[in-house]
Amino acid sequence: MAFRHIGKPAPRKDGNDIVTGKATFLRDFSLPGMLYVKVLRSPHSFAEIVSIDTSKAEAMDGVKAVLTYKDAPENWRAGMPVHRKVLDKIVRCVGDGVALVAATTENTAEAALDLIDVKYELLTPVYDPDEAIKPCAPQIWEQFPNNTFPPGCWQIDHGDVIFDKIVMGDVNKAFEECTLVIKDKYTYNAFPSPLAPESPGVIVRWDDEDEITVWATSQSPNIMKLFGMDLMPDVKMTVNAFNVGGSYGNKQHMSNEFLYAALAAKVTHQPAMCYLSKTEHLLTFDQRLGNTMELKIGVLEDGSIHAIQGDWIVDTGMSSVFAQGESEVGLGEAQLVTIKCKNWDLKTKIVCTNRVLSGMVRGFGGQELKSILIPLCLKAMKELNIDPVQGFIKNLVSEGDEYIWRDGKPQTCVGVNYTKAIEETAKAFGWENKWKGWNKPSSVKGNKVVGVGVGVHANADAGEDDSEALIKLEHDGTVLVECLVGESGMGQRNAACTFAAEVMNVPLKNVKITPMNTLLNPKDFGLAGSRGTRTIGTAVHNAAMDAKRQLLERGANAFGVPVDAVDTEDGFIFLKELPEKRMPWIAVLSPMESIVGKGVFKENFQSPNFFIMFVEVEIDLETGQADIINVVGGSDIGQIIDPIAVKMQCHGTFGSAGTDTGLYEGHVFDTYTGHVMTGNMIDYKWRPFNDFPEFETVLLESGYDFAPFKGIGVGEITGSAGPAAVLMAISNAIGVEMHEYPLTPDKILKALGKA
Amino acid sequence: MKDYIVLNINGDDYEFSLGKRLGQIPPSETLAQTLRERLNLTGTKISCGHGACGCCAVLLDGDAVASCMTLTVECDGKKIVTIEGLQDPVTGELDPIQRAFLDYSAFQCGYCTPGIIIAAKALLNKNPHPTDAEIKLALSGNYCRCISQYQVVDAIKSII
Repeated sequence: MAFRHIGKPAPRKDGNDIVTGKATFLRDFSLPGMLYVKVLRSPHSFAEIVSIDTSKAEAMDGVKAVLTYKDAPENWRAGMPVHRKVLDKIVRCVGDGVALVAATTENTAEAALDLIDVKYELLTPVYDPDEAIKPCAPQIWEQFPNNTFPPGCWQIDHGDVIFDKIVMGDVNKAFEECTLVIKDKYTYNAFPSPLAPESPGVIVRWDDEDEITVWATSQSPNIMKLFGMDLMPDVKMTVNAFNVGGSYGNKQHMSNEFLYAALAAKVTHQPAMCYLSKTEHLLTFDQRLGNTMELKIGVLEDGSIHAIQGDWIVDTGMSSVFAQGESEVGLGEAQLVTIKCKNWDLKTKIVCTNRVLSGMVRGFGGQELKSILIPLCLKAMKELNIDPVQGFIKNLVSEGDEYIWRDGKPQTCVGVNYTKAIEETAKAFGWENKWKGWNKPSSVKGNKVVGVGVGVHANADAGEDDSEALIKLEHDGTVLVECLVGESGMGQRNAACTFAAEVMNVPLKNVKITPMNTLLNPKDFGLAGSRGTRTIGTAVHNAAMDAKRQLLERGANAFGVPVDAVDTEDGFIFLKELPEKRMPWIAVLSPMESIVGKGVFKENFQSPNFFIMFVEVEIDLETGQADIINVVGGSDIGQIIDPIAVKMQCHGTFGSAGTDTGLYEGHVFDTYTGHVMTGNMIDYKWRPFNDFPEFETVLLESGYDFAPFKGIGVGEITGSAGPAAVLMAISNAIGVEMHEYPLTPDKILKALGKA
Repeated sequence: MKDYIVLNINGDDYEFSLGKRLGQIPPSETLAQTLRERLNLTGTKISCGHGACGCCAVLLDGDAVASCMTLTVECDGKKIVTIEGLQDPVTGELDPIQRAFLDYSAFQCGYCTPGIIIAAKALLNKNPHPTDAEIKLALSGNYCRCISQYQVVDAIKSII
């Protein structure tokens, strides 16, 4: 299909503002009379507040409120299922909120924190999820015995079936049928931070006793509103967002900061902002989940995975934010890369420990899952001496395959087959020449060894949840997209405009999009799971088609011809047979009216997206230092919407605590004090500008008929395949099977027997 | 000791009173705070607050500095250029680096972009024809978590 706009680079509509410093982010905005909220944080990982004296802080000029657990409303609670009060008498991790100060300036609020006197009685913490689930372990929450959260997440499973395990077939019988049965355990629990450059922040203003308006650094204002329904029942909430300075799925609901600002604003009757410092962001905001998987995997002679049995333990920290939902998606994703397996006994357990909470991050648990599941599957391939690329092809979901998705319902795969994408990406990487076999380096030069690795990820959430859009046409050729699309870097607002411009056949310049506000716009779930390309794409397409039909009916009537004899271009309606015969939209659409079209998309889990990543890692055998020197990532995304935007999404594998969590990225946690030691951007390691490897992307465009613009999103998952690929490359390079992330020099030297 | 300082910011002189009273600049105030909170030049972004990420970079007598780690009182008599000062104030014409970033879509969320453009400007002022390695080294103090680095290098290379 020939497109006018789709598939071509589209200059970002907010681009001029971004390069000139005029783009507005939350911290650049304020409300009249707005107060600043600062948080006194716990120095202990588990303690009870015995006494708290706020009198000196309250007496300070400029301080409008000092709030403690005594002020926390009983029915405002966060977490899943809701359990966490705004402030509590018990603190459950270092950095947990103890008191809030709302003041006229940020400096005043910070200074007042120092005047609050708190006495604690220390409790015995537990940091290891294996210990936490034992009957004798300290109980972090009274209502959750064995430190285990109940399963279920209505936003993900829609409240019908709780999908916390896959039990099907007969695993014992199936293991007997297998050529090989292996058992092993892998962990991914360095709790890295996705660390957007812009810290999380929320402003709350009470408009009435049961109505609030929120401005937030949320990539998806509607997701924030959905969370708000649970956090603050019976309060109507309107959420606004601006440009968001990076999110990576992480800055969605910001429950703590939202509740802090809301409580301060309620008590003071003034709008209030809670905006985290970078240290607070690193130490107290949602991190990646901790994961351990101990599995028994049975494989048939041809490399088909035939039976899986075991436990998946998810360490969510002191409170579950969304871990139940992430594991429900994870169980679905596990099947997509082991699609031949019909004998399962895999159970999940969501465990709390006395460290900072974990939550939603790009990959939505998929990266964490794949970082431990893929090495387990590959271990089986290794024992059978099967090339991992062939192993992936053998076990990957494809047209007609069946799986159970996150809502517990069976699905049959439609429209996708990634074999060619795998083969083409492998070819671009030079896999055939570089792969020398399991646990073998691809080259050795003195003290330097090079190994290659590969990882995959697939996710059927690329069509998750519903979208609605309206298209409004105006007399002067303006096309307004009314759809709740955020902008945290992915360019989806531009993409929504591109979709409308394509259908209405107008220059992109003519298309505008409504501000990010939950009241102004029709419903859309929000940006998550790479869903925007298909879901928003379909809704905008259908809305534009509806508006176009109405416009052309008017044009046909004016020309006195059937509707299929006319079309539109650049704000004119013309006769297809005689294109020079044309009239401007204003001839049939007066400045006193508008045409409005509506489009919807209904959730569809049948067509998973996919990403494969090959890496080449060089290791210095003397120092244990490992460097990624070459990357090739690929997929078949059906149709490229914007080639630059999608290429940068692929590069994003190195951001948002992605591939580098395989190599060096993660927090350093002191299990003696319960403190995280990496609370600033000097100690927390990230990849600098001058340390990026060669990167090639291979994106096939087979044109998917299930989407109006033939494409499927891939942005979210480009990091998910990375850590496992790095682990495999290092294992191959040094000839030792590695099991724990990140693969820092100390671990490599230890594996080499040098430390 | 002087009780005021003069800063030339984006071509205009600003005289500030020093002290701890309301409205005066205290010794602890950073240049980033002065620019953002007193002059509403919010294009300069604050991220790490430790001088590690480059989001708050401004030109100080032609060099890129971290304004979150620079005390305003130390800038007396200095010439400061922020992201807002790169565009021609009369014609509105963008600096060639800004133009290149637009043409190459060399950003995603855009939060770190002002700092990266300032660092690139400082580099090109001193070294109009840098090599790839020199470009990357000059930007090594700039954090970009969306990963637009590859596109940024291409954008800068397009104008040298």
